[in-house]
Amino acid sequence: MLELHDVTKRYGERLALDHVSFAVGDGRLTGFVGGNGAGKTTTMRIILGVLASDGGTVLLDGAPVGAADRRRFGYMPEERGLYPKMKVLEQTVYLARLHGWAPAAARANALELLERLGLGERTDDTIESLSLGNQQRAQIAAALVHRPEMLVLDEPFSGLDPMAVETVQAVLADVAATGVPVLFSSHQLDIVERLCDDLVIIAGGRIAASGTGEALRTQHGTERWELLVAGDAGWLRQQPGISVVEFDGGWAVFEAESDAAREAALTEAVSRGGLVSFSRERTSLAQIFKEVVQ
Amino acid sequence: MSTTLDRPATPRFVDSASLIAGREITMRLRSKTFLISTGVLMLAVLASVVLGSLFGGQNEATKVAVVAGASSVVDGNAALDPVPVDDQAAGEQLLRDGEVDAIVVPSTSDPLGITVIGLDQTPSGVASALAVYPSVELLEPAAVDPMLAYFVAFGFGIVFFMSALTFGSTIAQSVVEEKQTRVVEILLSTVSARALLTGKVVGNSVLAFGQILAIAVIALLGLMLTGQKVLLGGLGTSVVWFIVFFAIGFVMLAALFAATAAMVSRAEDIGSVTTPVTMLVMLPYFLVIFFNDNPTVLAIMSYVPFSAPVGMPMRVFLGTAEWWEPIVSLAILLATTIAAVLIGERIYRNSLLKTGARVKLGDALRG
Repeated sequence: MLELHDVTKRYGERLALDHVSFAVGDGRLTGFVGGNGAGKTTTMRIILGVLASDGGTVLLDGAPVGAADRRRFGYMPEERGLYPKMKVLEQTVYLARLHGWAPAAARANALELLERLGLGERTDDTIESLSLGNQQRAQIAAALVHRPEMLVLDEPFSGLDPMAVETVQAVLADVAATGVPVLFSSHQLDIVERLCDDLVIIAGGRIAASGTGEALRTQHGTERWELLVAGDAGWLRQQPGISVVEFDGGWAVFEAESDAAREAALTEAVSRGGLVSFSRERTSLAQIFKEVVQ
Repeated sequence: MSTTLDRPATPRFVDSASLIAGREITMRLRSKTFLISTGVLMLAVLASVVLGSLFGGQNEATKVAVVAGASSVVDGNAALDPVPVDDQAAGEQLLRDGEVDAIVVPSTSDPLGITVIGLDQTPSGVASALAVYPSVELLEPAAVDPMLAYFVAFGFGIVFFMSALTFGSTIAQSVVEEKQTRVVEILLSTVSARALLTGKVVGNSVLAFGQILAIAVIALLGLMLTGQKVLLGGLGTSVVWFIVFFAIGFVMLAALFAATAAMVSRAEDIGSVTTPVTMLVMLPYFLVIFFNDNPTVLAIMSYVPFSAPVGMPMRVFLGTAEWWEPIVSLAILLATTIAAVLIGERIYRNSLLKTGARVKLGDALRG
């Protein structure tokens, strides 16, 4: 498990990180969400040791993270980049070897991973000859080729087409399934919502909320219900203890004062006939994010 | 995937640095520009050696027609190739035909007993070859022919200048390439800045050294093939010193090139930011060419770390350096190199992740 305790970073006068604390559990896909300049990249750089913090600690399984531990981390920086003139396989093998892998094992790892990421046909092409999407896949291969014990990815999905997003999602889920803690940041809240076990929301250098997706919903979301009937649902406005949030003909989204009020509304809908569906509306991550950050 | 079992141990510093050096060398050898420019340089060296022998080697004896009776004067004179003729008329015929450059005839009125006849101008070469000089002794004979000294100075100067500049700017480009393509952040999360810098400096030093060695071999081969072995005897010791000084001096320059280049983020800015280091490389080249006959300037040059790789071997060649002088100068160079590497590493480490505007030197040093 990776833990951050009170990590603080200053850039001159500006406090970029203010006592940032959160944890990434073993085998948990943890989404790291925040606006531009909220401190995501700074936090990730501090975890990887490419930037020094001004205070606080980063622990791996309870012990402070040292240079040797970090060699076993996998990292995909926000600023993408590989050697443009090196070939895909050559470059991936080189990075694995920098992490200490023997040539043969490094090559086997690289080939397997590139195949998995859909770059099996392009191993002998130079990075600069690849499309942006494929360069991105190569970048992910670079972060994974040494089979890291901790994975940190800064915006791994930006610039990927929907097919590539799916491939990368599957690869990340596989990595997490082996027990590796995975932390990744993203602006694409829908992907984070679909993929993540845990969430960390950062705003203005402070952790605004963190926990499992479910816990955050319970904590920050207001429960809403969605009703669809064949006829007009206008009667819903007159139901006691119900406030309609959105309305369109036979479709309505409403909040209920109590379970009893909700049940009464459902009974009413059934007795009026023409009920198509009645369901709880899941609070979207975007809603939680907005609420938490404000 | 049970990955924990076959996961390797943390790599050692030496392993990381040699991997980085290896990549640096492989990529350079793959570059067509590098291969072509090296080929051109080799050809230039070979050409200058061969041409030097063609133009410098015209010490053939001058042909002179010798009328019987004067042959005793001409025989045994290495500068003259006597062509015996029966009388002066036959000699004049040869002279007009351009077969000979002069005629030597016996003369009773001349104190030397001969007269030299030319065609349309005084055959001064022949005359001076036959001239009689009083014996001369020099109290302080010049050990080395000044022309030869000039060529040796030029040789040391240009080899140092070219190699240092070529591989210095190669290092600078390699540093900025990693910064510009952002690959440096992945590298820094994998290896230390020190290993990265060491690998770069070592890789490019090996290349520079290899090139110098290749130049030396080609020059030697050329000299041997054209029969100029004479030159080598006196040069040997100074060439060995040159190689030793170059090896250390280049590491110093490489560290400075890497450090200054790390302060910028775009290839276009390399030129301006490395100018001070480039000046340090160019200065000894011009100094040694203009002042190779000035003992004071050479003496100073041979101790200043940046010009010592050229200055000290030059003094060793001229025979003006005591035996201990190269050793003292080498110690100074070594100390400066260590300081340059330490400061360079600091600047390098502090500047690598600062992209965008050029990093100020003060910030780079403070971190």
